[in-house]
Amino acid sequence: MTMNITQQIIAIAMVVVGTMLTRFLPFIVFPSDKPTPKYVQYLGKVLPSAVIGLLVIYCLKDVSFLTGSHGIPELIAVSLIAFLHIWKRNMLLSIAGGTIIYMMLVQFVF
Amino acid sequence: MKKRNQIINAFRIAFPNTVPIFAGFTFLGITYGIYMNSLGFNAIYPILMSLLIFAGSMEFVAANLLMGVFNPINALFLTLMINARHLFYGISMLEKYRGTGKKKWYMIFGLCDESFAINSTIDVPKNVDKGWVMFFVTMLNHLYWVLGATIGGIFGSFITFNTEGLDFVMTALFVVIFIEQWMKEKKHHGTIAGLGLSTVSLIIFGGNSFIIPAMFAILGLLTLLRKQLEKVEVKHI
Repeated sequence: MTMNITQQIIAIAMVVVGTMLTRFLPFIVFPSDKPTPKYVQYLGKVLPSAVIGLLVIYCLKDVSFLTGSHGIPELIAVSLIAFLHIWKRNMLLSIAGGTIIYMMLVQFVF
Repeated sequence: MKKRNQIINAFRIAFPNTVPIFAGFTFLGITYGIYMNSLGFNAIYPILMSLLIFAGSMEFVAANLLMGVFNPINALFLTLMINARHLFYGISMLEKYRGTGKKKWYMIFGLCDESFAINSTIDVPKNVDKGWVMFFVTMLNHLYWVLGATIGGIFGSFITFNTEGLDFVMTALFVVIFIEQWMKEKKHHGTIAGLGLSTVSLIIFGGNSFIIPAMFAILGLLTLLRKQLEKVEVKHI
């Protein structure tokens, strides 16, 4: 480790400040005692569904279709989750089923 | 007494929704603690960092930062880049967190991917205080994460169970929330825009830098579609 304890504390503080800036900024720019601009209200309504799509892709960003297991375990597990969820619509069952299949695939098959 | 019952009811609604996060965060937290342990850090580091930063992927990056040369400006900008998606969470939660009192500031502090995903889609019965439900969702998630990091940091070197692939539980959670949302919404413009533009951005820019271009693309398209989408909404109301 090249940093001393003070430098470590400063580095960690920077990460805390950076993270909190991204979380608090919208609430500071658009305080709740003033009406939020119509455009921002519109974004607040349509962004959540778009962001969940972004999150799914974010989780799968390191999957490589050209090398290794070609993303087959991820494809099988996600398909199973979709199938289970449309069939039974039970969140815990879908999540547990998909995760267990994925673990078995990466540990024993690929 | 009435207020106490309300708080207990809110906890009862919040807890089952966080069970998948319990599995995911405890595991990821343990992994993080083990990782810090393997880099030679005392357990106090993962404990304090998980408590104060509370942003999973960023904490692994922070561990790497601590191993390198001291460069606080670089640390700040790297954090802003990686966590820029929180800006969208904040804008989405402006109205939902309104009127929740002092709890609001803690909920903003704890607005990680998982707290956002649950709090933005959760259905709360009319007679239950939604502010408290969202508060407990945030607090439980935070608790699981710190718990995992603590276990990993202290006992990391003793774990032998083969956990490869267990981190997929977070992906599974987001996929399920995505499907739930698809089944509930009447128009899929936003969802398709998010999924499609993120995929295109990932192909063009690669895994390490696709988020910010994807955010701009989503913002641009949703702005262009504003007239059309707002018309749709008015019709349905």
